[in-house]
Amino acid sequence: MSWIRSRSAAWATIGVLALALFVSRCAPSAPKEARKAAGGTSDIAVAAQKTYVAPGDLDEYYLFSSGGHSGQIYVFGVPSMRHISTIPVFTPYPATGYGFDDDSKKMLGNLTWGDVHHPALSETNGDYDGRWLFVNEMNGRVARIDLRDFKTRQILGPIPNVSGNHASAFVTPNSEYSVMASRFSIPIPKGTAVEIAKYATDFKGVITGIKIDPKSGEMSFGWQVVMPPFNYDLGDAGKKVSDGWVFFTSYNAERATGKLEVTSTQRDRDYIAMVDWKMAEKLAAEGKGTLIGGVKVLNPKEHPGLVYLLPCGKSPHGVDVAPDGNWIVGSGKLQGVTTVFNFEKIQTAIRNKDFTGEEDGIPVLKYESIKDAEVPVGLGPLHTQFGTDGYAYTSLFVDSAVAKWKLGTWEVVDKVPMSYSIGHLTSAEGDTVSPDGNYLVGLNKLSHGRHLSVGPSQPESSQLVDITDEKMKLLYDAFTEPEPHYAQMVKADKIKPIEVYPKEENTHPHAIWDVKDASVTRNGNKVLVKMIAVRSTLTPTDFEIKDGDEVTIAITNIEQTTDELHGLGILDYNINIVVDPGETKTVTFKAKRGVFPFYCTNFCSALHQEMQGYMIVR
Amino acid sequence: MQAIFARLNQSLARPLGAAQRLLVLGAALLLVAVYIFPLWNLTMFAPQYPEGLRLDIYSYKLVGGNAGQDVHEINILNHYIGMRDLVTDDFTEFKWLPFAVGALGLLYLRAAVMGTVGGLLDVLVLNVYFSAFALWSFGYKMYVYGHNLAPTAAVRVDPFMPPLFGAKQLANFEVYSYPQAAAYAMALSSLLLVVALAAAWRRARAELPEAA
Repeated sequence: MSWIRSRSAAWATIGVLALALFVSRCAPSAPKEARKAAGGTSDIAVAAQKTYVAPGDLDEYYLFSSGGHSGQIYVFGVPSMRHISTIPVFTPYPATGYGFDDDSKKMLGNLTWGDVHHPALSETNGDYDGRWLFVNEMNGRVARIDLRDFKTRQILGPIPNVSGNHASAFVTPNSEYSVMASRFSIPIPKGTAVEIAKYATDFKGVITGIKIDPKSGEMSFGWQVVMPPFNYDLGDAGKKVSDGWVFFTSYNAERATGKLEVTSTQRDRDYIAMVDWKMAEKLAAEGKGTLIGGVKVLNPKEHPGLVYLLPCGKSPHGVDVAPDGNWIVGSGKLQGVTTVFNFEKIQTAIRNKDFTGEEDGIPVLKYESIKDAEVPVGLGPLHTQFGTDGYAYTSLFVDSAVAKWKLGTWEVVDKVPMSYSIGHLTSAEGDTVSPDGNYLVGLNKLSHGRHLSVGPSQPESSQLVDITDEKMKLLYDAFTEPEPHYAQMVKADKIKPIEVYPKEENTHPHAIWDVKDASVTRNGNKVLVKMIAVRSTLTPTDFEIKDGDEVTIAITNIEQTTDELHGLGILDYNINIVVDPGETKTVTFKAKRGVFPFYCTNFCSALHQEMQGYMIVR
Repeated sequence: MQAIFARLNQSLARPLGAAQRLLVLGAALLLVAVYIFPLWNLTMFAPQYPEGLRLDIYSYKLVGGNAGQDVHEINILNHYIGMRDLVTDDFTEFKWLPFAVGALGLLYLRAAVMGTVGGLLDVLVLNVYFSAFALWSFGYKMYVYGHNLAPTAAVRVDPFMPPLFGAKQLANFEVYSYPQAAAYAMALSSLLLVVALAAAWRRARAELPEAA
């Protein structure tokens, strides 16, 4: 009996052990990286301290983040990652009345959306000078935001012949030019229709230089170069030794159509196009080029030396010029390496005509002669930014991480996971000649599960990383509206905004500063209402006009006090104006019979509710 | 009795010493400050105005802080309680005050040159009278502004007296009212006259023969 008992006990033990073994072979509940990241409360405390900006205290950096197809720019403070303000650019924005008054409506034109991609701060000697922010959008336009008042002041375009302006709005080191390039080649001029079978020969990519007035920032058409039908993706201007050149990545060297995810990914290498913009400028000044779509277009075949092609690892996204200007980093997104080119070697290869072929008359440089390194950063490298001490940071979409590596030794020293699927990244002044090297923000495409659920339409995520030490440390998760393609991070003291529009600077012909001057004047069926907004009355408080009149209301906010904004909302008219202190805006509309209340929309004072009136249309 | 008056008259007729004349001259020079510096300052803080709203009162003008903007802001706020706008034209003081100080200064100079104890006493009395009147005028102005509130005002408040000197809480505002350089110069000027008079008086009494 005792034998039986002890035998069954032994079997039971074996059974339990086997079961234990089986259970231990189950998949873990979380991936390795996540389990490693859990715990470490001291790291969390350090991160909390590093990102905490006490109430009333100010952030160290401005972050200007592209709003993608929202058509806007979002302004954040770093390191708190607080969203401070939204600058509407290509989309009406009722919060600031943008796109409702006559001037901004005219600036927007017929388009009420734009797919904002790559904000570019103006530069002097390759460093941010805090004057303007240029942003592109896909419909072939570039806008200038004046950082004196954080307002969109000019929208240029659509520029002829450019189609799908993605590789934009990168600026040259002294803001001589902001550039544009076609992502979707088309037959030019626009309006030409050609069958898709002739894509390789009849469709054209176009690269454009937008001239920037050094004093006013006013943009105008500079020059244009016709290119083979590749898909131009991103760009960066050369700096220091490479000043005078601008680089563009492209995919689809196959000149393929159809299912591009297959047809455009057959070759091992695509191209980076480098354009001698000083030469383009000179040729344009000499009146060279063929008139297409109303602008002079330069053909590289006729101007040797204007454009060269650098072969680069499969389907490159980012091309980023290092702070010294000599290294140019091209990231082939379908590879595990990022390619570093040497500008000196490029110059030598050009001198020696070290070419391996040509594309539509544009010489292709020999890859082996111009490349310095292929850095094994990880899977899906997209975009590179720079820090101090020769470090570079490359975003890895497929790996969902940022790789830190060293220029010169080409050694990958650290990686930090991103949640999730990082696209671009931006480091503090990281695309200038002197990066600050303390903060980096990963601009991620996916955020799932890292925030309170808001249903299927999820925000993107922007993650703040500390790059001061050898090891990178994740500090903070912020959630951004679609879609941060690229951003610029600039030291706060470089930007000096005004807070009211000084009365002396207001040159608006209909501006009035005394309520006694408020008036309603008629000229035929045109009526001009000069209105004043000041705490807490809109004057005139009521006025009568006739059915069918063409009415212009010119409203001046005569306040000179910070943050005393007033609004003018007219019910049933789709009119919503906001005037900042010292500002005059006009809105023109056709009157229809009835009594229409108007009121101040932007809360201003204890008697804000009383700031209302009536427009009577008889 | 006769003797006392005779002695007094004799004292008042005595000439001033060099030191006393210099003191009177100094008192006259100090009056120049009234044309350069503010007399008084009002500063108001509220939660919405952490940097404060400032008002400097000169003998001939009002100057708001923040490049003049603070006067507009104070007026905008005060219109809700029906207070009149602070405008330079409403202050008759700005017309007579600089003139009166000039006249006073000339009289000081005259007293220094003519140099009698009686003359010095005259200007001291004038000085005290003038200072007291100016101060009353300022206070009365404040009283009028705080009490003549439009009956149609959006916000009804009880008539109030803004502080003349020191701090006071008025609704959501902490109000501070203090004299400035020009007022201190005026006070110092008066002090110099008093010192000069005291010294001159003692000298006069010492030089006169003892009353019988």
